[in-house]
Amino acid sequence: MPGHDHDLDHSHGSELSPIEARVRALESLLIEKGYVDPAALDALIERYEHQVGPHNGARVVARAWVDPAFRERLLADGTPAITELGIGGRGGEHMVVVENTPETHNLVVCTLCSCYPWPVLGLPPVWYKAPPYRARAVIDPRGVLADFGVTLPEGTRITIWDSTAETRFMVLPMRPEGTETLDEATLATLVTRDSMIGTGLPQAPR
Amino acid sequence: MNGAQDLGGAHGFGPVEAEAGEPVFRAEWERRVFALAMAMGFTKTWTLDASRAARESLPPVEYLSSSYYEIWLRGLETQLAEHGLASPEEMRSGLAAGVPKPVARVLAADQVAPLFDGGFPSDRAPAAPPRFQIGDRIVARNDHPAGHTRLPRYIRGRPGVIERIHGAFVFPETAARGEQGPPQWLYTAGFAAEDLWGASAEPGSRVTFAAFESYLGPRA
Repeated sequence: MPGHDHDLDHSHGSELSPIEARVRALESLLIEKGYVDPAALDALIERYEHQVGPHNGARVVARAWVDPAFRERLLADGTPAITELGIGGRGGEHMVVVENTPETHNLVVCTLCSCYPWPVLGLPPVWYKAPPYRARAVIDPRGVLADFGVTLPEGTRITIWDSTAETRFMVLPMRPEGTETLDEATLATLVTRDSMIGTGLPQAPR
Repeated sequence: MNGAQDLGGAHGFGPVEAEAGEPVFRAEWERRVFALAMAMGFTKTWTLDASRAARESLPPVEYLSSSYYEIWLRGLETQLAEHGLASPEEMRSGLAAGVPKPVARVLAADQVAPLFDGGFPSDRAPAAPPRFQIGDRIVARNDHPAGHTRLPRYIRGRPGVIERIHGAFVFPETAARGEQGPPQWLYTAGFAAEDLWGASAEPGSRVTFAAFESYLGPRA
């Protein structure tokens, strides 16, 4: 039996799947033609896999929770306010921040593709780009929220933002109760990615 | 185009399935496709809107049965062939045949941080004052262009209200064709869910979309 397993490992371990082979061929072709620099590809991947992510958006939200003047600037014109924290760039050139209140809950979607505020949230998760969310968010928002385990109070109305242009939307969630004594950095740890898309709520303090 | 990408309001796709602790990329080839598409976009051979148009032009069955980065890969291959940067045979073999067609610019590693920190704004100087003001009653145009559009089907012909004015922006429909059309005013237009979905609407909810001026007409 061990010998049999070894044979299986051997036959599968070194082979590329069809799509891996196809992408590898394409990359080496574009490098050979001088259209792409492999070091730039690595830098792009490093940036969007490890540097840009929802920790950025969480800093924005926490600042808005502790600094009313910043919150006002953020809601009036998102991009310059977010730039104050050293955050910005590709996919967030035209930021619109929308505030949750007891009366209104905001939910962000891109029904046509995958538009998403990269500088504050990073690259979108698979579900945001996949048909179930894109199809249902606009017609059945409460059902979508239920998929995420979120139940809103009866009286809360939902506004859905369909990201059909280069304006990109981020939700400013409500500050959880019982967080009055927490500092800005601790508050940021309560801010989840989904709470800034509108499919979640911030975590409760421990 | 009335393609498979225009998903708003479609039934039958099932529940949203979020994966806890999902990685940014699921495989090495996804990393490479993402970076290749971004770097090729930087060569200025085509616009971002043209890339979206290439992806949504996939046959609907293929679009709906492909993963996200498979769609990106298919779109990129289509654009490379269309613009004469790589032939299907070259892409199959991974080997260049003949002298490469030049591109306007190539992204260098040390440019990634400064350029992507700064971003690539899409707003432009307006050619005319905005046609609508906040609070104006509008109706979304009922039109079905075969090319790239950012007016989803579920909004066409529906009554709404202007809620915000964002400035003048590159118009995706002309940019997708590689044309330098005039910029258009961009608005947030809001719609009562009942006006989009009738009796199926979530009571009291609203949907907004980012509306280019030519997508809107006045309403009495």
